[in-house]
Amino acid sequence: MKFCPTIKNVLLLDSEGRRMAVKYYTDEWTTNGAKLAFEKSIFSKTQKTNARTEAEIVMFENNVVVYKFIQDLHFFVTGGDDENELALATVLQGFFDAVTLLLRGNVDQREALQNLDMMFLCLDEIVDGGMILETDGNMIAGKVATHSMDDGAPLSEQTITQALATAREHLTRSLLR
Amino acid sequence: MAQFVKKDDDRDEEAEYSPFLGIEKGAVLQEARVFNDPQLDSRRCSQVITKLLYLLNQGETFTKVEATEVFFAVTKLFQSKDIGLRRMVYLMIKELSPSSDEVIIVTSSLMKDMNSKTDVYRANAIRVLCRITDGTLLTQIERYLKQAIVDKNPVVASAALVSGIHLLQTNPEIVKRWSNEVQEAVQSRAALVQFHALALLHQIRQNDRLAVSKLVTSLTRGTVRSPLAQCLLIRYTSQVIRESSMNNQSGERPFYDFLEGCLRHKAEMVIFEAARAITELNGVTSRELTPAITVLQLFLSSSKPVLRFAAVRTLNKVAMTHPMAVTNCNIDMESLISDQNRSIATLAITTLLKTGNESGVDRLMKQITNFMSDIADEFKIVVVDAIRSLCLKFPLKYRTLMNFLSNILREEGGFEYKKAIVDSIVILIRDIPDAKESGLLHLCEFIEDCEFTYLSTQILHFLGVEGPKTSDPSKYIRYIYNRVILENATVRASAVSTLAKFGAMVDSLKPRIFVLLRRCLYDNDDEVRDRATLYLNTLGGDGSVIETDKDVKEFLFGSLDIPLVNLETSLKNYEPTEEPFDISSVPKEVKSQPLAEKKAAGKKSTALGAPPASLTSAVDTYEKLLSSIPEFSTFGQLFKSSAPVELTEAETEYAVNVVKHIFDRHVVFQYNCTNTIPEQLLENVVVVVDASEAEEFAELATKPLKALPYDTPGQTFVAFEKPEGVPAVGRFSNVLKFIVKEVDPSTGEAEDDGVEDEYQLEDSEIVAADYMLKVRVSNFRNAWESLGPDFERVDEYGLGPRESLSEAVNAVINLLGMQPCEGTEVVAANSRSHACLLSGVYIGNVKVLVRLSFGVDSAKEVAMKLAVRSEDESVSDAIHEIVAN
Repeated sequence: MKFCPTIKNVLLLDSEGRRMAVKYYTDEWTTNGAKLAFEKSIFSKTQKTNARTEAEIVMFENNVVVYKFIQDLHFFVTGGDDENELALATVLQGFFDAVTLLLRGNVDQREALQNLDMMFLCLDEIVDGGMILETDGNMIAGKVATHSMDDGAPLSEQTITQALATAREHLTRSLLR
Repeated sequence: MAQFVKKDDDRDEEAEYSPFLGIEKGAVLQEARVFNDPQLDSRRCSQVITKLLYLLNQGETFTKVEATEVFFAVTKLFQSKDIGLRRMVYLMIKELSPSSDEVIIVTSSLMKDMNSKTDVYRANAIRVLCRITDGTLLTQIERYLKQAIVDKNPVVASAALVSGIHLLQTNPEIVKRWSNEVQEAVQSRAALVQFHALALLHQIRQNDRLAVSKLVTSLTRGTVRSPLAQCLLIRYTSQVIRESSMNNQSGERPFYDFLEGCLRHKAEMVIFEAARAITELNGVTSRELTPAITVLQLFLSSSKPVLRFAAVRTLNKVAMTHPMAVTNCNIDMESLISDQNRSIATLAITTLLKTGNESGVDRLMKQITNFMSDIADEFKIVVVDAIRSLCLKFPLKYRTLMNFLSNILREEGGFEYKKAIVDSIVILIRDIPDAKESGLLHLCEFIEDCEFTYLSTQILHFLGVEGPKTSDPSKYIRYIYNRVILENATVRASAVSTLAKFGAMVDSLKPRIFVLLRRCLYDNDDEVRDRATLYLNTLGGDGSVIETDKDVKEFLFGSLDIPLVNLETSLKNYEPTEEPFDISSVPKEVKSQPLAEKKAAGKKSTALGAPPASLTSAVDTYEKLLSSIPEFSTFGQLFKSSAPVELTEAETEYAVNVVKHIFDRHVVFQYNCTNTIPEQLLENVVVVVDASEAEEFAELATKPLKALPYDTPGQTFVAFEKPEGVPAVGRFSNVLKFIVKEVDPSTGEAEDDGVEDEYQLEDSEIVAADYMLKVRVSNFRNAWESLGPDFERVDEYGLGPRESLSEAVNAVINLLGMQPCEGTEVVAANSRSHACLLSGVYIGNVKVLVRLSFGVDSAKEVAMKLAVRSEDESVSDAIHEIVAN
């Protein structure tokens, strides 16, 4: 028996089961094809269930998968079949809470894609190589959302670059529309 | 067409907001040039990295050149002071997993970050560096990592600890030096730090039972705050309980109080972990189980599906071993049958099937019937298995259950599911005689419309064996002959065989069978025609109705006891001559197949092919193996087979271990050899044993191994004769002798002439413990009293100065090779005396019990009193002799 709770993967899929951001921590799925197949089947298996108010759970290919949906986003956390289900659920909840905070409550596909960098950082802060790193959504979001300059940068440069960047982004957005 | 249009609509909609639509690797790699700009635009760079990560995440791969280029470009970004960008850089480096010569480029930057004032930098730099580093670099940064472990920022400490857990796999000797710091971190106030520190500390010490036990003892007194850490502690505690063996007479189990206390923890995760740990205790008593079952029962009615699932899954497992303990939950379970979550519903049903009583079966089956149609195949299989065991438990209810099985057999379903049902029906037919006729008819109906060739042939085979023995065999003929008319060639061929079996067993049916078989002579498949011809001839189908003789029955029903592989090679080697192929010339010994594999194969055999594989222990396997060798078949009952003892160092050219088989008058050494050199084939492999230091043994026979190809283990045997009943001991020196032939690795063909060679192996020994079987007694006191004092022998021995009392106890246990009872092999720390109870069976099947009392003085001189009781005076003396020598 393995002693430490181990996470096998964390997935964020869209409303059609396509990848938004995923991370695998074991070599159980060796190829990208195998990973896609896993995502596809777990998505189709859970699609019809109602996992919107409470996290749901399913046994799947000798793994335990806990999952939760909100709007058009689907969150999954997979562990081995002798894993403590509640530990997995805690990780899922942390992931879910962090994403909700980071997207300021607008939890949907569009916002998640706009902020995909945060989604990646979020995955990185929750689990490290299968080991649970942090389970508190507030902490995770806090670690991800430090978009400031470090102490070494001169104050003037900081504000100007930031202002410029924001302006440019607003411009491009309005042009694209 | 309409569909296509709709798809396009979707795309448009998506294009509105997906910044990644139509993204292309080449273009993004081009964009990555902004990393080289002298004036870094950190937001732009962040976006490009996000795009790169997006590509990698979607499964895109970079070529070596591309990866290197991106890597070098990304390293430039360490110039920027933007924290967000730096985070993305860290992520990118981890994703690219650079090669060791590339790592050097970023090492200094990362080391700088590791000592930066910004905590986010420090934590992440540690994680990145540890991910990509190798051993040499690790020694350079070790100092910083040790500091980081006890850093007051929990994020930094956790980063260092988690990295330590990963590094322990690759550089254990370095990480083990950190245990002081890790120990300090276990006391941290931050929950997750405590969890990570505990995980690492345990991994560092996991091979040291005493240290783990100490760790558990100190922590269970209550300093753990984090629920996750508490879960770990529960797991470690269970391990300690497992290793400290059975509970003693008073029923007190060490640490049980701690587990029970955890049932009142405020975190559900911990409560559940503790409840599960209790249910999994070895030989758990119902008194110990009760509190755990109570909390699990509460979970059953939780609003959270995860909690309900966890509870019902655990209770389901408990129901296998302690069905009575779970019956209290039955009312809650029944309400779960209609649970939205089908996994929970299935588990609830199977639990009910395990715990239900006879009167409840009908009601339960009604509930299940409604439920079966809307669950997936894999759940249905679980239900079918549960129903089978229920039916075996309540044979009187077979009618209801068999009907249920035949109903679901008619419904839609995949192969695995159908196979599970068919297997269950077959087992029921075999075990419940009353169910036979109806079961066979259900199967007959099933093959009328069965899309799976495999199942059809298996059922036909089974029909051939069981059908003729029923009261009215003729009613099956129609179903069988229908197969010949309607099915594919494989099924037709097996239907022909089945018909022949009916013909052979039931004389009244013979004329009709012959008519049917003759029609098969015009089949358009040659296998079917051949079989029909063969059976017509063997059964005497040329008109005369004669009694089927025994040989024919043997031929039809007997099993082929020759390994198919051997038969295949023999047939390939057979050259068409005047001399017919003789099946008895095919060697029967199983060729160099490792034991583990054989066992696995045994387990896989399905209910249809062979009787359900019983639990074959290693001894059974050995016994079979030995009795298949003619030279050893006269040795009688195998008394004991030792565990394999390695005779070579790990990773040498040839790996050899020996298993000692003890018989009443003989000893057989089984040498398991493995050739680890691909370019060599060894032939005529023997072990030459010099028994000059083992006077009472006389060499009897040697069984060489004909060929030992690369990486396929093979066995060679040497047998010795020894005086009957005497526990003769001795030392044997072994030399492996063989002929080496070079093998061309490209073709795999061996050269014709080889060279004789030999290889020195380590010595093997026969010791007194080899004549003793470890047999546990359930109640030592009763066993001791019942043996009586007639053959009791008591004596005292001085064992001289010893390292510790527990070392002395273990030495004596190993010397005698007996089973310690009631956990008495564990010596309490710092105790000055100890009593130990042992039981075993001595050669000649003599039961032996031993009571040992140890005492130790200040000079570590150990004294021992040994009391032996057995069924035979001479054996009691022999035990003393073992110790005296």
